[in-house]
Order: sequence, then structure tokens, then C-alpha cells
Amino acid sequence: MRVQQAPFDLAAELSGFSQNSAAGAQVTFKGVVRGDGGLRMLEIEHYPAMTQKALEEIEAQARRRWDLEDCLILHRHGRLQVGEDIMMVATAAKHRSDAFLAAEFLMDYLKSRAPFWKKEHFADGERWVEARSSDEEALKRW
Amino acid sequence: MKIVYFAWLRERIGLPEEELTTKAQTVAELVAELAARDERHALAFSDMGSVRVALDQTLADLDAPLDGVTEVAFFPPMTGG
Repeated sequence: MRVQQAPFDLAAELSGFSQNSAAGAQVTFKGVVRGDGGLRMLEIEHYPAMTQKALEEIEAQARRRWDLEDCLILHRHGRLQVGEDIMMVATAAKHRSDAFLAAEFLMDYLKSRAPFWKKEHFADGERWVEARSSDEEALKRW
Repeated sequence: MKIVYFAWLRERIGLPEEELTTKAQTVAELVAELAARDERHALAFSDMGSVRVALDQTLADLDAPLDGVTEVAFFPPMTGG
């Protein structure tokens, strides 16, 4: 797992990901800054001392629950423009079911258990993105 | 004890962190003590349903004990991903 301010190159990340020949199923998810509602910029704050620990714990849980050959979490912070990549997860498993489920699990947990906060900047002001109750609900299925 | 704040809690309080010597035994007691400091703290802690806490970088409940804890973080519900 990695947390960084700099942009990442998805293709480069994946070329080094899971060279293990047993990993016949690989799932990748990438989150991008959405430009609806006149958004100018997305600012992402995090809690550096906790982020590493939280992401490691989330990854460890996924590895315990599914038979994964590999797993990668990458999350950015700082000021991001519309269209920029925010984060990615990649999972590799023998079979696709484990890879898909683990990727969804990682996404659900990153959303509400990793210490990141998003602030949206508009032409006429700014506002903190509020967590949705559906995000919390999503954790219950795991 | 070090107290750290993030997102709108940091903005409302006007500080990213502060040092505190406290006799509070639990997070709830610490919140009551902080909220009594001034208007900024009182406003930040006025809706505890919107506040989450981490003790030494691990999520905890509001009634969690503070024994041996060196860093307490207060922040709104997380919005990663």
C-alpha cells in the first residue's frame, strides 16, 4: 500500500503487479475526481500517523478473507484537479470471484475506515464532503 | 497528551493540534473538558454524532478509557476512496 501526493501511472503500477503465474484473475479499480456541480478542485486531507496503519489493517483483513495472490492499495492526498486519479486498488487471485469481492471490500472499507477527508472547492465557496449513511451500510454486508 | 484535529474540526477549533494535561478517564470526559474551554471548542464538539475518535491512531468509542494513551484524534466521519 502507498499514500502519496504525486500522481500515479496505473499502467506502470499494474505492470509490476502480481507476476505470480497462479494469479489468473486480476481486478483493478480507479477512483477519479468527478467534475459535476461546477467542482473546481478536490482537496484531500489525511491523518498520516494513522493512514498507514489503517490501510495495512484493511489489506490484512482482505487477505485473511479471500485467497489473494496479491493486493495493492494506492491513495493520493493534497489538491487534485477534475479528472485526476484519486486512488486505485488492485487484487489478484486464482479465480475472479475472490478478486472481485476483495476489491469491493477494499473500496467499502477505504471509504469509511481510512482517515481521509475530502473538501470540494467551487467558484463560490468550499464544503467538506459528508459521509453518507449508505457508506456505513455498505460495511454491514461484509 | 497530544490532541489532534482534522477536517472541519480542525477548522472550527482553529488548531491542528494541542498539548493537554488532563485527569479525564475516558474520551467522553475529555470531550466535556475540551468543550468547556471556549466557544470554538464548544461548537466543534456540539454534535458528537458527527465526531469520530482515534486513540493512538486506532478508532475507538466515545466511552473508551484513556489509560496510557498519548495521542487522541478527533475528526468527522471519514470520506476516503
